[in-house]
Amino acid sequence: MSLHKRHTLSATALILATLGLTACGNKDAAPAASGEVTIKIGHAAPLTGPQAHLGKDNENGAVMAIDELNSRGVTLGGNKVKFVLISEDDQADPKAGTTVAQKFVDQKVNGVVGHLNSGTTIPASRIYSDAGIPQISGSATNPTYTQQGFKTTFRVFANDVHQGQALAQFATQSLKAKTIAIVDDRTAYGQGLADEFKKAAEAAGARIVAQEFTTDKATDFKAILTKIKASNPDILFFSAMDAQGGPALKQARELGLKATFLIGDGGCTPEFIKLAGNAAEGQYCSLPGVPLEKMPGGTVFKEKYKQRYNQQIQLYAPYVYDAVMVMADAMQRANSADPTKYLPEVSKAQYQGVTAKIEFDAKGDLSVPAVSIYQDKGGDWNFVETLGVTAAAPAKK
Amino acid sequence: MDIFLQQIINGLVLGSIYALVALGYTMVYGILGLINFAHGEVVMVGALVAYSIMTALLPTGMPPVLLALLALLVAAPVCMGLAWAIERYAYRPLRHAPKLAPLISAIGVSILLQNLAMMIWGRSYHSFPDILPAITYDINGAHISLLQVVTIALAALTMAVLAWLIQRTSLGQAMRATAENPAIAELMGIPVNRIITLTFIIGAALAALAGLMVGANYSVAHYYMGFMLGLKAFTAAVLGGIGNITGAMLGGLLLGLIESLGAGYIADLTGGFLGSHYQDIFAFLVLIGVLVFRPGGLMGERVSERA
Repeated sequence: MSLHKRHTLSATALILATLGLTACGNKDAAPAASGEVTIKIGHAAPLTGPQAHLGKDNENGAVMAIDELNSRGVTLGGNKVKFVLISEDDQADPKAGTTVAQKFVDQKVNGVVGHLNSGTTIPASRIYSDAGIPQISGSATNPTYTQQGFKTTFRVFANDVHQGQALAQFATQSLKAKTIAIVDDRTAYGQGLADEFKKAAEAAGARIVAQEFTTDKATDFKAILTKIKASNPDILFFSAMDAQGGPALKQARELGLKATFLIGDGGCTPEFIKLAGNAAEGQYCSLPGVPLEKMPGGTVFKEKYKQRYNQQIQLYAPYVYDAVMVMADAMQRANSADPTKYLPEVSKAQYQGVTAKIEFDAKGDLSVPAVSIYQDKGGDWNFVETLGVTAAAPAKK
Repeated sequence: MDIFLQQIINGLVLGSIYALVALGYTMVYGILGLINFAHGEVVMVGALVAYSIMTALLPTGMPPVLLALLALLVAAPVCMGLAWAIERYAYRPLRHAPKLAPLISAIGVSILLQNLAMMIWGRSYHSFPDILPAITYDINGAHISLLQVVTIALAALTMAVLAWLIQRTSLGQAMRATAENPAIAELMGIPVNRIITLTFIIGAALAALAGLMVGANYSVAHYYMGFMLGLKAFTAAVLGGIGNITGAMLGGLLLGLIESLGAGYIADLTGGFLGSHYQDIFAFLVLIGVLVFRPGGLMGERVSERA
């Protein structure tokens, strides 16, 4: 019985492997037959594991862009070109990420879109930089990615510095907070975001009346919350993930701490509301980017995505779509897909994308990044406002 | 003053939970001389089983107190069964092996349970339902919830019952005799193996109660929650003098208070040099201090009375 089972298993595996091989084979063979020049775009994201749904969503965005470019028909240097997407699974793992990166370099891809996570994007970026291959990420938010001094790193998404500043702007201007308490979980993410928030809030004239710390595994926040209660702040900014933020908010209310609760993208999840329960009502969180409906081409993109994949966009698909488009746009302006020739054109991008008008600063970050604020109403995060210039741009038209 | 009172109450709640878990460590150590590192994981299983029962029965509209009681009635036997199995299959075969072998076996069981829990309940954090109405009493500006009062009272009651069990019943006498000298106890007709199993099972029942309390007080349950809690409770047991029942209770309460007051006042005391992220370190510093000056723990010298 078990022997039979094992046979079936290996047979299935064999069939799957063959299918996979033929699929790859077809991809390579098709352009060669038609005599066009092939441009290879590498795409890396976790396609297995707990973040697989996000990785697939990124890939879908990239595939849509590639198909659109091919159906439009692009000529570079007098030759008709065909874009081919080479999608790899980096498992959200830094080690796998660098392996994938090396694979892309060996395959001589013309450009890379990705990776999804900061943890994979940063180590991989060195490999692309050494090979001179332009890289555009649509979702990695850690500031370090573009601060390493590499010429090849770009990002079409707001980073944590922008987010910290936007949160501080919202707290001091929209909520008119005078006194603020900050808690961070001492991780690279939590600490980084809290530092940026603090700098910007103090610059805007708010007073930081308490700064406390926890860990990314803690469940008891009562001691630090009691201490914060003594300083009676207008706002409590909790710079950690949803697993800590939710229970912390609940415990804060049990202690009679009435400050408005503010949390970054790590807490901007349905999970946070589930953990905090009723206490989440009326509290705020932030997400880089703008909601789909507010994007210049968001509604159209949403429809196209739904038609093609028969499901909703998860998160980053429109940003990855734009990443591919910006790259192709730079190639067209350089009239070449040679990385050394089109790389300077990427930095000069002036591209009206689906998510925003994309222009880069000297480091390769968006020069006008947008961050949106959401508020919990009746158990759902509802859009409140977008901070940053991008949101205003379509309104002017 | 209100802040100080609030920190004391925070500390007492945390300390009661530590004490309940520490008792499990200390009883097993008293009898076997074994540090049962899987005990924290038994607490975790207790919390998650209680969570599952409560969320499954929540739609029936039963009063939350009854739900909590039912959850405990299921979680406690599950934990007891688990502890029985751990003792029977992970420790008993190694009873006469070198001391290191059962210790490594304990660490192995701990990792195994964590991963099993991860497979059953997943990686995400679970929101624990409210088991008592959210009534808070205002004492001089300090907020004390009904849940906190119940937690402290229930822990005190449980510990009193345990103390009575060990000091006043024939089972307790047998436990103390086994702790003192298993070989002689056996010659006197005490079923040593059964006493050891019972010790594990009593510890597990306390762990299930502690699990429910952690979940209810901090409103979250997670497959990894037993690790740090176990480590802290073990620290509490050592602080009070491992093997000593009163010591575990005292050590637990003391550690809870030290953590709470430490996190609350450490920044003020050190002029901002150390912040509240040293909360955990503070507790362990106190432990090192106690071990240096009183290697047996606070109540450790009364070895003959350990149970």
